[in-house]
Amino acid sequence: MSRGNQSWLMGAWLMLTSLLSSSAWADTQLNLTKGVTAVSREVYDLHMLALYICTAIGVVVFGAMFWSMVFHRKSKGAKAADFHESTKVEILWTAIPIVILIAMAVPATSTLIDMENNDNSEVTIQVTGSQWKWHYKYFDQNIEYYSVLSTPREEYENQNGTFEGNGAAKNENYLLEVDRHLVIPANKKVRFLITSDDVIHAWWVPAFAVKQDANPGFINEAWAIVDEPGIYRGQCAELCGKDHGFMPIVVEVKSVADYEIWLSEQHALTAKAADAEKASLTASMSKEELMQLGESTYMAHCAACHQPTGLGLPPTFPALKGSPVATQGSIADHIDIVQNGKGMMPPFGKQLTLQQVAALVTYERNAWGNDTGDLVQSADVKAASGE
Amino acid sequence: MSESTEQKNNQIEEKPSNSKVIKKLVLLVFAMFGFGFALVPLYDVFCDITGLNGKTNDVGVAYTAEGVDTSRTVKVQFITRNAKGIPWQFEPVINEISVHPGEMKFVNFYAKNTSQRDIIGQAVPSVSPGIAAGYFQKIECFCFTQQPLGAGEEVEMGLQFYVDLDLPTEITTLTLSYTLYDISGKVDS
Amino acid sequence: MTTETINESLDDAHNDDHHDHKMTGIKRWLYTTNHKDIGTLYLWFSFIMLLTGGAMAMVIRAELFQPGLQLVEPDFFNQLTTVHGLIMVFGAIMPAFTGFANWMIPMMIGAPDMALPRMNNWSFWILPFAFAILLSSFFMESGAPNFGWTFYAPLSTTYSNGSTAFFVFAVHIMGISSIMGAINIVVTIMNLRAPGMTYMKMPLFVWTFFITAYLLIAVMPVLAGVVTMLLTDTYFGTSFFDAAGGGDPVMFQHIFWFFGHPEVYIMILPAFGIVSTIIPAFSRKKLFGYSSMVYATSSIALLSFIVWAHHMFTTGMPLFGELFFMYCTMLIAVPTGVKVFNWVATMWRGSMTFETPMLFSIAFVILFTIGGFSGLMLALTPVDFQYHDTYFVVAHFHYVLVTGSLFSIYAGAYYWLPKWTGHMYSESLGKWHFWCSLISVNLLFFPMHFLGLAGMPRRIPDYALQFADFNKWVSIGGFAFGISQLIFLAVVIKCIKGGEKAPAKPWDGAEGLEWTVASPAPYHTFSTPPKVD
Repeated sequence: MSRGNQSWLMGAWLMLTSLLSSSAWADTQLNLTKGVTAVSREVYDLHMLALYICTAIGVVVFGAMFWSMVFHRKSKGAKAADFHESTKVEILWTAIPIVILIAMAVPATSTLIDMENNDNSEVTIQVTGSQWKWHYKYFDQNIEYYSVLSTPREEYENQNGTFEGNGAAKNENYLLEVDRHLVIPANKKVRFLITSDDVIHAWWVPAFAVKQDANPGFINEAWAIVDEPGIYRGQCAELCGKDHGFMPIVVEVKSVADYEIWLSEQHALTAKAADAEKASLTASMSKEELMQLGESTYMAHCAACHQPTGLGLPPTFPALKGSPVATQGSIADHIDIVQNGKGMMPPFGKQLTLQQVAALVTYERNAWGNDTGDLVQSADVKAASGE
Repeated sequence: MSESTEQKNNQIEEKPSNSKVIKKLVLLVFAMFGFGFALVPLYDVFCDITGLNGKTNDVGVAYTAEGVDTSRTVKVQFITRNAKGIPWQFEPVINEISVHPGEMKFVNFYAKNTSQRDIIGQAVPSVSPGIAAGYFQKIECFCFTQQPLGAGEEVEMGLQFYVDLDLPTEITTLTLSYTLYDISGKVDS
Repeated sequence: MTTETINESLDDAHNDDHHDHKMTGIKRWLYTTNHKDIGTLYLWFSFIMLLTGGAMAMVIRAELFQPGLQLVEPDFFNQLTTVHGLIMVFGAIMPAFTGFANWMIPMMIGAPDMALPRMNNWSFWILPFAFAILLSSFFMESGAPNFGWTFYAPLSTTYSNGSTAFFVFAVHIMGISSIMGAINIVVTIMNLRAPGMTYMKMPLFVWTFFITAYLLIAVMPVLAGVVTMLLTDTYFGTSFFDAAGGGDPVMFQHIFWFFGHPEVYIMILPAFGIVSTIIPAFSRKKLFGYSSMVYATSSIALLSFIVWAHHMFTTGMPLFGELFFMYCTMLIAVPTGVKVFNWVATMWRGSMTFETPMLFSIAFVILFTIGGFSGLMLALTPVDFQYHDTYFVVAHFHYVLVTGSLFSIYAGAYYWLPKWTGHMYSESLGKWHFWCSLISVNLLFFPMHFLGLAGMPRRIPDYALQFADFNKWVSIGGFAFGISQLIFLAVVIKCIKGGEKAPAKPWDGAEGLEWTVASPAPYHTFSTPPKVD
């Protein structure tokens, strides 16, 4: 099933519409991806088989229909025949579809058995969805991090101009880019253990033919052996609330050697971060420093719900401007909400450093006219969380 | 109108009376409404048999394996997760052990309430692959009960289990995941 | 509550003999127990809902015209997709079919009215309240339901925006309305057939509604059950779908789709009935394989109860479950195929003409079959992992429900408009409506297949740049399709106001008792039952 063989219909469609459109069609994809794993290629072949069979049936059935529409019309003097049943014919067109269906079910079954064989993996990664980001944790490796959309807010809010008005106003990988990629080795069986912290999400990377729901409280499995190093992009595929469209997945596949290097780098980074955390306990930041770090932290993690203006989107996402928590409540309670979440709000304790939490709370207590004058340092955060 | 027509019709061919048909249909409606709710226990039974959702037994079982199959080794992995809003440190003491089917094992999980309030936790287990859930037998587990921890308190919690001898041979790795929920609010009421 | 209503309507059924003259003005419509009046109410209501849900679709398509967030906030976008789905399913397609059932079934089986006329009035008049509740949530502080028309827990429970109660009560009322309507259809068909009209002599139209009514009675209570669980999970602390309390969110999907899949056939079996009436009429040839059509319809209905989990292949089912549901789903292609083949065989060597009802019916056969093809592809579990929750699925069910169900409704409306109004509709306007709809609907939904294959998930308010070109054309198709539907409104209004007088039987190839009465059909028909040989 070569690519050149693909349904001519698709080609005709493409030509027709490209004539009418001014924008570039070069990267417009028409068909399912073949992907980069043995399973994804099997899936692609199965897809093409089904497409060809359906097209063939369509040609026969619609052909017969158009034939009678052209030749058996009253205006051409056609007289209606008076047959209206035939058991033989009925049996025939019950039997033939069954045979065709079996021809499709056989390869589908074998592919499915391959897909569901999660055993004997060499690398295990816990994938956890939450509103609206992914968290990756390498089993037995002490490496874990969040992966968050990195397309700037200005771009999807069209602050640099609209797409048509100025194509350059959007990044190349608009909405399909994240701050930290999931890194996996090539040619090794990688198993994904997928779950969720809040609502149902679905982890989908088309190039691996992997799509599994992330169900809160339960784990699901999927696996991939990727042939070629490269960067592969996907998206959350289950409606999970407001920013369902803004939690992409980016997987970076490295050669085994590069992957090992990456692992040791990560271990070093983890150690360094722990040191920095310790150092921050004794450090004292100025209000300007806190407000600056606080603002950037807020924009990255909080503004999606509470809005850059601090006005929120009530009633689901309350305003922080003038809110009791940020103006009258105790600093400790404020820190507790940031770290452990409250109601629908996710906890950020694991995602932010002590310093970031300190700056964030300072920012929220002083921005938008909240002006409490409170300053919060890393040590306060540490004390409040009781560790 | 409908009854008079009905009588006329009845003289010609036997048809059940309207009210009889209606009674049956309304009964069917209520039966199906009940069936919707009956699906809840049915689903649990179905999951028990098939391991559909990877749920494991929630009361302890007695050790009933007949011997240990030393010819096979199964890797059992432990994963812990905190549900939203529970400020506990919660992790397995060891991440992975190898067991022979039929062999009884004991492992510990560490938990610490890092907050400044008392919290009642409840761990919910899930086994992957789901089909293996029915073969993973817990004799004693901290997940059978609620875990109250005072502020700053820490605890080691035990899990005693074995894997059934008739675990399908194609399964060589089992993953047991615990999700820890804060159920203080629900217990109070 | 249902029982009381029924008893009441039984007691009052005696009085209906005296209702010879209609009341005037608004009272006629409020108090009517006449099947033709109620049918008309259902049809107008469903068309208003079609335009309402369609208006939401226009906003959705306008937002998706270009990458970037232009018009609406993501949360409001989700409210629009949710309410669009609910309105189209429960407000447009289902009531339209109930309208057809009301108007046509008594006339087709030679009955004077529906069996339970008082209940009939009720089952219509609670509908506007259901949708008023649903739509009013847009103006509440919480906003409208934003968790998708499939309302998966826990997005619709713990994480809902507070609209869950509105949603649940609206669905309960819609459900009660549908159940009452379905009971009425079953009793009418069982007890009010004219002497000599045995089951196997009933028009196929009546058969499809008979089977659909049974499906409704079987699954609407399950929907009522699942929304009730949703309500108690959200507000009363139960844990049906919450893992923390021993529940399971995936169980929600099992119960929902146990309702949801038969629901799909509730929306397409009556369409089969309408098309099976129209194609023989304009081919001037009897329907090919009547009895195989009846058996095919019944087997589709039965199979629909054991395929629900094909909507849930990615939820993490064990292998044998995936295989079972894959095989069962593929099996549905067999009776569905038989139906399509029978329609083609009906046209074969007929003497065909192409009036608007026939054009819509032919388009139905082709485009519904395309929807069936993508359905067959979706049934293959391994590939479904790629298709699931992408625009491929959106394309699939819109082919089935818009060019399927909705086109059949248009076909039926054009076919029986002369009988309903006593005037011929404008054939040229009808053809304009058809061709504009046909071209725009394909521009709207066909490229969605490509978008889905290329990897665009459904229910997103903004998308990556490689999806930009197709989305633009899809939106243009959407606007064009939306405007085209106003032509239909013009056709109907023109037809009601006047036009060429319609004879009792305007279509020379048509068959059935409804054509033996005058056009427009008198307020009371078949007060004495006709004889059927």
